[in-house]
Amino acid sequence: MKRILVEFAHPAFQKSRINKQLVDAVKNMKGVTFNNLYENYPDFFIDVKREQQLLSTHDIIVWQHPFYWYSAPALLKEWMDLVLQHGWAYGRDGRQLEKKTVISVISTGGRREIYCREGRNHFTINEFLAPFKQSVNLCRMEYLPPFVVHGAHTMRDEEIPKFAEKYRKLLTLLQSVQLDKDKLSSVEYFNELID
Amino acid sequence: MHNQDFFFQALIYLLAAVISVPLAKKLGMVSVLGYLLAGIIIGPFVFGLVGQEADDLMHFAEFGVVLMLFVIGLELEPALLWKMRKSIFGLGGLQVLITSIVIAITALLFGFQLNKSVGIGLILALSSTAIVLQTLTEKGLLRNVAGKSAFSVLLFQDIMVVPVLAIIPLLAALNGPATLTGSHLDEMTGVAALSGWLQLLIIVATIAAIIFLGRFLAKYLFRFIAETNLHEVFTAMALLLVIGIALAMDAIGLSPALGTFVAGVVLADSEYRHELETTIDPFKGLLLGLFFISVGASINFMLLIEDPFRIIGYVLLLVLLKFLVLLFLGRFFRLKKGYEFLFAFLLAQSSEFAFVLVSFSKQSQFFEEKTAGLLLLVVALSMALSPLLLLFNDKAVSPILARWQNKLEFDEVEAQENPIILAGFGRFGLIVGRLLLANGFKVTIIDNNPANVKVLRTFGFKLYYGDVTRPQVLESAGIANARLLILSMAEYDNALKVAKYVKNKYPGVEIMARAKDIYHAFEFVKLNVKNTHREMFNSGLELGTRALEHLGFARYEAHRSARFFKHHEEEIFMELYEHWLEDRNRFIQETRRFSEQLSETLAAEKNFSIHEADSAWDVESIREEAESSLKSQKEQ
Repeated sequence: MKRILVEFAHPAFQKSRINKQLVDAVKNMKGVTFNNLYENYPDFFIDVKREQQLLSTHDIIVWQHPFYWYSAPALLKEWMDLVLQHGWAYGRDGRQLEKKTVISVISTGGRREIYCREGRNHFTINEFLAPFKQSVNLCRMEYLPPFVVHGAHTMRDEEIPKFAEKYRKLLTLLQSVQLDKDKLSSVEYFNELID
Repeated sequence: MHNQDFFFQALIYLLAAVISVPLAKKLGMVSVLGYLLAGIIIGPFVFGLVGQEADDLMHFAEFGVVLMLFVIGLELEPALLWKMRKSIFGLGGLQVLITSIVIAITALLFGFQLNKSVGIGLILALSSTAIVLQTLTEKGLLRNVAGKSAFSVLLFQDIMVVPVLAIIPLLAALNGPATLTGSHLDEMTGVAALSGWLQLLIIVATIAAIIFLGRFLAKYLFRFIAETNLHEVFTAMALLLVIGIALAMDAIGLSPALGTFVAGVVLADSEYRHELETTIDPFKGLLLGLFFISVGASINFMLLIEDPFRIIGYVLLLVLLKFLVLLFLGRFFRLKKGYEFLFAFLLAQSSEFAFVLVSFSKQSQFFEEKTAGLLLLVVALSMALSPLLLLFNDKAVSPILARWQNKLEFDEVEAQENPIILAGFGRFGLIVGRLLLANGFKVTIIDNNPANVKVLRTFGFKLYYGDVTRPQVLESAGIANARLLILSMAEYDNALKVAKYVKNKYPGVEIMARAKDIYHAFEFVKLNVKNTHREMFNSGLELGTRALEHLGFARYEAHRSARFFKHHEEEIFMELYEHWLEDRNRFIQETRRFSEQLSETLAAEKNFSIHEADSAWDVESIREEAESSLKSQKEQ
């Protein structure tokens, strides 16, 4: 069974509706380590050694966060800046993360339709995620299609558990199943591979 | 009484109390039983060390009941009292009514005249405020449902003493022409001689004066006195207040206990509440003890020896009747799960007011000598029986009930308050308190500086003047179910004392403490208080950061450097602690302590350099790699 590390970044978790349920669905799963970044480092002073240790002992890394300004909340970016060190994560001698897998789990306020050329946001989610994808590539890891929860602002409460359940299934899948490369490249979101 | 005599008497009473109360406690009984036993032992029927003066002493010691009602009042805010109105008048009223009728009928059956039967019913219906409240306080049952119901009934009974005093002469008049000129009577109902309207007016005016005094005047008085910083003057003032009110109430023919209770309630939301409570408490305890001893000493065993079975029969019958009525009422008022039994056992004895009422009746020639003696004996024995009844409830009744209902323990979830207690509201505590208050948390603040209390009161903070090293202050602030205790006071040794006491007695309460320096923090860690903050550390760090900026650091660089320093300090803290534990036995002079601390800290830090440790955003290695790859490209 593959070990999963959820790096969770939400600066106002206490106000969250969607991420609260997503987190509750997975944080106590067997083989899953839940790392709440804003709770651990409220002063942005990240313990780099500890974080690198965590990365080393897991196979799959989940970046779970709300989509702020088409990107991650500031602390996750700080985390990338500090933890993914040259000579450790990337560079000529930086091979500590080699062959690991990364997936983004994000929630957006806007509906899926507006994330396209004709839509108000003009770009697709995957285009916005390009910096994450390339960071992962640079560290010689594999970046999976993202798991996306769209329409957070207008979602009714009774619709949320459906996504929480799907998220749980996603992690169960990642833990045990060898993923089919062709299937992965055929979809835009990982959501489509979970029934 | 000669001085020598007085001291000899005091010696006997105190000795009896000091020996018998701890013994009773050791045997698992409430202190009341210990005092009663002490009284019996020194009384005329065992050692005869004290004699007739026990009666006078009892009148004096009744003042303990008055003080107790004052303290109880202090713990009851008016709003809370208002919430209890239903049980005070409903439950209390019905208890007095039904019990009086039942006892009166029984007395009739025993051949007493109708008017005397009614008198006996009224007198014996009352329960002992002194015993019950003392027991409730000792066992921490005041907030329990049964305890609260019992308290309501007692409160109503206290009010009832006044009308009963008025009714007895009327009942006596049915006896034939009674002489209503006894000195006691005049004393009790002095105002009764005046016309009804005038009497009412005086009573209302007196109560209004008490409320006005407590509400508006007492605040300034206590503040003025607190500022002198002389504790004994504060004590004198507190006693003066209580005695003054008691005398005033006595003069207008109301129960002094009731008057001081009102005063207590009025002062319940003043900032001096905790301090008043702690000041009065020892007097209350001693006087009540004295009262119980004199009850024990005054039990007339001659009557008992003459006719033991009849007397014991009366006592058991009285307790049984009261118990059954109370049990019925408890059920009727929805006490469940064994609480109705606790409630009934609590109140099944007769009242100390019965002593007053019986001797008053004797003087108004309502009862003849023999009846009065009998009543007094029965009352005293029922009071002595009361702690045994509770013991019986604890050991026999409630376990059986629990087994029946498959419930192991009484659940005590009612009246859950979980205060955050902030001890010390000076320069340090102010910041903590303001932050908590700004975030909507109610904080119980205790401070011992009257000047602070005064200023902060005007800004709407809710705080009390008191000394937190006294366990009672902590207890009345609600430490037993507090969710957090913050020790922000500048009296460092006292803070440790409090932490030690609370850790021992209330291990569930989370403690956070202001530490003077790293050694002080270590002392806390040793007590298993992990959350300490050195008072100077963060502000020193802040200023250091500004200094770095001034010396040319970029602001973020300076900031990060300070964070790094702080985290490193936290890391070496435990290491230094272990070191400290090892050689704290060495004698270190106070003046040398600081330099000692300095050298140890610096030694632990010798190989630490923020510059080397913090490699964040370091581009050195990337540049190296880029250059070398550029070189290899050129070579190709």
